[in-house]
Amino acid sequence: MPDQGGMDRRAFVGDLVAACLAAGGPVLLGVVRVAEGQAAEGDPGYNAADHYYGMGIDVAKCIGCARCVAACKVENDVPPEPTYFNTWIERYVLRTDGDVDVDSPNGGLDGFPAPRDEQTILRSFFVPKLCNHCANPPCVQVCPVGATFITRDGVVLVDEQYCIGCRYCIQACPYGARYMHPEKHVAAKCTFCYHRLVKGLVPACVEVCPTGARVFGEVEKQPTPLARFLRFNDIQVLKPNLNTKPKAYYANLDGEVR
Amino acid sequence: MQGYIYPNEFELQWSLLIVLYPYLTGLVAGAFILASLERVFNVREVQPTYRLALLTALAFLIVAPLPLQAHLGHPGRSFEIFMTPNRTSAMAMFGFVYAWYLMVVLLLEIWFDYRKDIVQWARQATGWRRWMYYALTLGATDLSERSVSFDESAGRWLTIIGIPSAFLLHGYVGFIFGSIKANPWWSSVLMPVVFLFSAIVSGIALVLVLYMLTTMFRWQKIDMTCLDKLGQFLFYALIVDASLESLDFIHRLYEAEESIDILSQLVQNRLFLSLIILQLLLGTLIPLIMLGVTSPALRKGGFARVSPELRQLIYLVSAVLIQIGIFSIRWNVVIGGQLFSKSLRGLTVYKVELLGIEGLLTTLGLLVLPFIILWVLVKVLPPWTEKAATSQAA
Repeated sequence: MPDQGGMDRRAFVGDLVAACLAAGGPVLLGVVRVAEGQAAEGDPGYNAADHYYGMGIDVAKCIGCARCVAACKVENDVPPEPTYFNTWIERYVLRTDGDVDVDSPNGGLDGFPAPRDEQTILRSFFVPKLCNHCANPPCVQVCPVGATFITRDGVVLVDEQYCIGCRYCIQACPYGARYMHPEKHVAAKCTFCYHRLVKGLVPACVEVCPTGARVFGEVEKQPTPLARFLRFNDIQVLKPNLNTKPKAYYANLDGEVR
Repeated sequence: MQGYIYPNEFELQWSLLIVLYPYLTGLVAGAFILASLERVFNVREVQPTYRLALLTALAFLIVAPLPLQAHLGHPGRSFEIFMTPNRTSAMAMFGFVYAWYLMVVLLLEIWFDYRKDIVQWARQATGWRRWMYYALTLGATDLSERSVSFDESAGRWLTIIGIPSAFLLHGYVGFIFGSIKANPWWSSVLMPVVFLFSAIVSGIALVLVLYMLTTMFRWQKIDMTCLDKLGQFLFYALIVDASLESLDFIHRLYEAEESIDILSQLVQNRLFLSLIILQLLLGTLIPLIMLGVTSPALRKGGFARVSPELRQLIYLVSAVLIQIGIFSIRWNVVIGGQLFSKSLRGLTVYKVELLGIEGLLTTLGLLVLPFIILWVLVKVLPPWTEKAATSQAA
């Protein structure tokens, strides 16, 4: 668990990111608008067929600062309420008697309360969650009109102009990664910051992570950060029994994480 | 809320309206299967309910898509399901299954069955009713023996097509839930079958109630042979339905997969009233005992020989209890499946809102609407014939 000093560090990083976002927000929002105005394939020179994206997450490196959650909310216009998240941080507290406490108050944005009964804690850790951008996505399978789809570069997106708002995809997602956008009335989710990808940038959550817990990049190309991450870590995915073939790859993942 | 749920799970996705939808389609399928008993399987005793059952199926089928439409985030885009259906989506089939059932099966069957009467009503009626009935003949006013016998055989064939179609309609609704592997409460190969048999149960029970009420309000004598037969079939269907539900339950308990702990909590905490009390006790066990003892299902004349008046009352009470039970089944599936987290670590709550598009009032309105439509249908196409009246007298 982070001690008081850790809290200070987190607060410092938080202020720093908030300041950066305040300064860069309008610019970033401008980028969003530009990306929306163009075809899904994005900027000239960007060829979706040349890429295949995934994300590596090192659980051991996550300090639970939730800067990723804050950045995501701003970058992607995620509703501010504590019930809508493209990405969120879960805290696991494993007890000596085998009990497991899990929480994610406001997705981790406001920090985590001190855990009870510190004497009984065996281990604790933070787990960043987001859309797994499955290669075999049940959400895409069930969408009645094909409004949610996989791009050629392996990202699962929702067409806001086409979604009828039946919520079947939200039911079908095993990871709780989707929600109904309260104003747009369509299914919403993590896009891997697709508007940034087509500019050659990494997702906002990866950009702001102070510990490098998130590694973004090419799944299939060899000399890349993600390929290195996949090579030098023992990798697990969430709920592998459901055969969704996630492309969110976890290192140092505990079996208690679902 | 207790335990941990994913932050995006605070909002329940499918509300009371989506409970209503499988309930309504179940009544459609069940009423149609009852009608086909007479037409295809020659169960003569239930003949007085034949046309009533068809009109009931039609009235409920017209209303069935309305709760879905009202629930959509963008109702104006619903036609895209017809225009650009996603072939891998179970839900995309809805438009086609619905259209097939409404257009090909139900409307055609009703038309062939009523055509002779419609022509005669057109000839007897005056004023605007005359024109309405002429319009309903669609120009086919030929009442020659050959023509009428064609109506008869066409109707019979349509019913034969209709039975698998009714199975498809409601089995398909079960598949929408049963095929969601992310949800251990829904994901079951038995789901379509359970839906189907509960549909048959609810359809028979509804037509039984409607038959009794409409006969009483017309000051006619209730045909006890018909009613006993309905009670008998209701008992059989309920036995099959309860057996399937039990199989599903025992199978889950015995396999005791990862989800068993949270599902046990779900049943004991959140669904105790709707599953144990309403579905199991009031909706299944009590009607089974009442029907088993009084109807001719297990023994000719029933185990307890009670007067026809008391039998009528018992059938009526059983049928109403069964309706409550079947609605609870739909609730337990649709709402129950959303009350636990897919993290399998916590339970959430659902509070029904009173007003609003997905509220209690809308739901009640959509529950009453089919009866209003049925009332209009019965006025235009009276299901009771002279022949039925004489058979009652006899």
